[in-house]
Amino acid sequence: MTDNLSNSYDINGQHFNPDMYLQKMLKECTLKQIMDNEKEIIGDTQTLLSDMQTLVYENYNKFISATDTIGKMKSDFKKMEDSMDLLATNMDSITSFSEQISSTLQGTRQQISRLSSVHALLKRLQFLFKLPGKLKDRMNEGNYSQAVQDYIHAQRVLNQYGNMPSFQGIQKDCEEIVEELKSQLRKQFHKREASTKSLAESVDLLLQLNEPADSLCADFLTHADNRLAEQLAILKDMCENDIIEYVDMGSSGFLSDLCLIVASYNDMFVNRTPADDTDFSDDFDTKALTRLNVFIMDNMKKYFDLIGKRVEDVADTAVLVRALDRFHRRLQAMNMLCTETDFARTGIDIVINAGRKQCRNHLHSLKQHLSETLAKVRQTLAAKVTQDGDGGLAELQATLVMPTIEKVKGVLQDLLVFLQPDLSFSLKPHFLQSFCVDEVREGLVVGYLHHLTATASGFCTGSDVPKFPPTLLLLLSKMCIEFKDSSVRYLLTTTDDLFNIEQHATSENFITTESEICENFQTTAQNLLNHYVRLQGLAVSQMLRKSVETRDWLHTIEPRTVRAVMKRVVEDVTAIESQVAVLYDDADGQMDRSSDSSRKTHSVSVSRHQYRSNWSSYTPSHLDSSLVTNIHKLFSERIEFFSSVQFNKASILTGIIKISLKTFLECVRLRTFSKYGLQQIQVDTHYLQLYLWRFVTDENLVHFLLDEILGSAVHRCLEPVLMEPSVVDIICERG
Amino acid sequence: MENDNPVIYGLEFQARALSAQTAETDIVRFLVGTQSLKFSNNQIHLVELNEETGSLKTQVFQHPVGEIWSLQASPTELDKFVTCYNTLNDEGICQMKGALWKLPNVKDDTNEILQLDKISDIDTTPYGNELQIIAYHPMDATKAVSVVDNNFVLWDLTNTCPQVVTVGTLSTKGQPRFTTGKWNPHNGCNQFVTLNENNVRGWDFRKPSETAWNIPAAHSQIIRDLDFNTNRQYFLSTCGDDGYMKFWDIRHPSEPVMSRMEHSHWVWNIRINRFHDQLILTSSSDSRVILSSIASISSEPFGHVSPEDDTTSAEENSNKDKLEDGVVGKYEEHEDSVYAVEWSSADPWTFASLSYDGRLVLNKVPRKYKYQILL
Repeated sequence: MTDNLSNSYDINGQHFNPDMYLQKMLKECTLKQIMDNEKEIIGDTQTLLSDMQTLVYENYNKFISATDTIGKMKSDFKKMEDSMDLLATNMDSITSFSEQISSTLQGTRQQISRLSSVHALLKRLQFLFKLPGKLKDRMNEGNYSQAVQDYIHAQRVLNQYGNMPSFQGIQKDCEEIVEELKSQLRKQFHKREASTKSLAESVDLLLQLNEPADSLCADFLTHADNRLAEQLAILKDMCENDIIEYVDMGSSGFLSDLCLIVASYNDMFVNRTPADDTDFSDDFDTKALTRLNVFIMDNMKKYFDLIGKRVEDVADTAVLVRALDRFHRRLQAMNMLCTETDFARTGIDIVINAGRKQCRNHLHSLKQHLSETLAKVRQTLAAKVTQDGDGGLAELQATLVMPTIEKVKGVLQDLLVFLQPDLSFSLKPHFLQSFCVDEVREGLVVGYLHHLTATASGFCTGSDVPKFPPTLLLLLSKMCIEFKDSSVRYLLTTTDDLFNIEQHATSENFITTESEICENFQTTAQNLLNHYVRLQGLAVSQMLRKSVETRDWLHTIEPRTVRAVMKRVVEDVTAIESQVAVLYDDADGQMDRSSDSSRKTHSVSVSRHQYRSNWSSYTPSHLDSSLVTNIHKLFSERIEFFSSVQFNKASILTGIIKISLKTFLECVRLRTFSKYGLQQIQVDTHYLQLYLWRFVTDENLVHFLLDEILGSAVHRCLEPVLMEPSVVDIICERG
Repeated sequence: MENDNPVIYGLEFQARALSAQTAETDIVRFLVGTQSLKFSNNQIHLVELNEETGSLKTQVFQHPVGEIWSLQASPTELDKFVTCYNTLNDEGICQMKGALWKLPNVKDDTNEILQLDKISDIDTTPYGNELQIIAYHPMDATKAVSVVDNNFVLWDLTNTCPQVVTVGTLSTKGQPRFTTGKWNPHNGCNQFVTLNENNVRGWDFRKPSETAWNIPAAHSQIIRDLDFNTNRQYFLSTCGDDGYMKFWDIRHPSEPVMSRMEHSHWVWNIRINRFHDQLILTSSSDSRVILSSIASISSEPFGHVSPEDDTTSAEENSNKDKLEDGVVGKYEEHEDSVYAVEWSSADPWTFASLSYDGRLVLNKVPRKYKYQILL
């Protein structure tokens, strides 16, 4: 309402209300304003009037021109009507003409179409006729696939019309040619230099020619076999080459070829789409697959044999391991291709074998090193025998132990490359178990330790006539002891740590314990030492025996000196002592005696005194009853002569002296003595008593044996009269 | 005698010579000869074991001519034996001599020292001074071989004056000397075996000029004794200073069939039991006598198997168990070197051993082992 209200005041609006407007004006505006407003409105009104006049005028002009146009149109339409009529008549005549023409041409057209169909047929026939030649051409060009295409193309027709004589000829020709083609293809098949790819093509073509797939399979595989055999032969020839190169060759040459062959075989024979051919039955599929598997197994076996053989003899472990790694990786890849068999397993076996072989090689070199060391030590010893004394025994001992340990450690380090974590086979438990436990620990380390003991033991079997210096036995015995005390433990823990034996060992593995080996070393050391004592005792015995046996004791002169043999015996024992002292300590109890000089002199005097008192019992009245020795026998233990000794100097020397003196005793008992002969023995035994007691653990033993000797000599004497002890003293001191 | 305790008999002189009274097959009797340099004091002791009571009966005879180094009883005549003795000749030089003796008939037990009858001297001095042994033929009491220096001499004892039949000489470098010898009881007793140093040599009386066979360097040191296995041809045993006893097949002299070391000093004597040849006695200067069983190379390696061999496997196993080679007994009754050991000729389970200090010990094979062999 308000809108309308306001609108009604708008002079240009639709709802303008002049009365309201006037009233409003009158009410609100001044006169002057109203006047101005009136003037304004009058002006506007006039303008509007003139505008309207102009418009009217213009519209009138337009109307006139329209009227003109309409009149013109009327006349034009008239003319058009006439033209249309003319057209109609013309069309009629055209139609009639056309009908006339088509009826005239109908015969010719049929002829043409027949001609063209004949032409096509002729063309086909021409193809057939030309086919033999074309096939020949193609064959000569070597374009076999095209030839096959052509033949297959024609074959159907030929089959259809094969009964007609003319076609029969063609068919025969074609078949001949195709036979030739086939043979060509087969020939290509058998060509040595044919690549696998071209082979595959040939096979494909032959298959298209309906050759029996079975024989093709066989042919294909035989051929592939030959090719692979060549590869293998090349590999075989390359044995001299670097191992990595060799393995790479194998991978890129043999294995790639094999993969390619297998792939194309699968494509050609196994994975055909069933619709493709009906003759590829399931039966054939399985047959083809078994054939393939046999083939693969065969060739892989050869390959493995070659590789296995090659990797057996590689000096540098790092290189070997790298080669093995490559080999194993490649095999793993292979595995994806040939699903039937697990080549990785075989590969691991080869790796393990290589590891084993490497261990064996190392073991062998260790053994060699040992025998070289032994030879060296023997040489040194042999050279030293002339210049007696302890000359470098300790160093020799060291050369027996330290380098051996170092060498074993070096070998272990060398073998450690087998366990590098980035190697493809280093995580296989089968490998770890077999390599670490069986090969490295048991085969190499324990094997070597066993070899050590066996080698050492080898020196104490055999005769008492040694072909080597007896000192060697002493050295070896000491070596065994050292091994037992520390080196065995050290080597085994090192091995166990380095190769994580505890983790890898399973119940299947046999693990030699440390104590077992140590025991071995202990017995070996004992045997060696016993043998040493026996040999040295024998050497001294021999001198004593000869000296007793060769002398004519019935016609000897009154003793003036100690016999040279006795001095020699003492010298020898002293030399032995100095040798033994280098390697073996005194027994605990002996220590103070040898170091305390005052005690020493005291002991000498005491023992002399005792000895003298013993002698005094051999007055002629008592000579028949060797009371003293009998009493001694009652209270002393039985003496073992060829017995085990302990690992200390005194025990070793006691053993040697025991054997020597017992020989002396037995020899004396086989002889008969005159008075002077007996006295010579008296002098000799006294001399021995003076010098031998300090070497032994129990000097009473020496006393007892010497007493026995003298006692026996007294018994074996025709005129048993002993010398004055003081004279004996003098002679001994002089001599 | 039902207990196995040793019977000990002490002589007052030192002694090395021991022999079973070989011709006696009912009573266990041994002859012992003493060694004393007071030559007239030497004696022969005839020791008889009463198997019922275990007591000893002894009779002493005078052997006034010298100290006895070796003694052997006749194989067929109870009362005869030969000795090798050492005596002093007029120039004050020791000389080894041999003699054939006869025991006097003893009616009653007597404590007197009886006189022996010397049948004849066996004068070996033309062949050398070192008479080692006079060894009777195993069956024929008219034949004996003396081993002197590097000669062995076959004597015919039929007449009172012994005649030399054959002489064989070992002539190699370095003045070889035989240490002892023994008849080979096989092959019709045509062979004699000698020892020198560490070699064993076999001789044939039909061709004594050369060695029939030899085992060179059989031991690494002196061989002290040998014995034949009377039940198994070609097999003999040796022992020596290397402490070993070795068993040989003389057809394969390069390697011993077996060698064992049981003693801790020289082995002086080895004796194979004549009836059960797996039983081996050895005596040693370690004052021990050791009885070993070496069934594996005996003539009855599988025990006393009956001819029909249908024993079950279990029995076989038990047989094998009990016949393992090894030491059967160690006899430690001696306190001095034992230089002689002998099996009794009458009882296959009894043996005697003699140590230097004059102690004669009679022992028996342990009953347990005896039954194992017999059953």
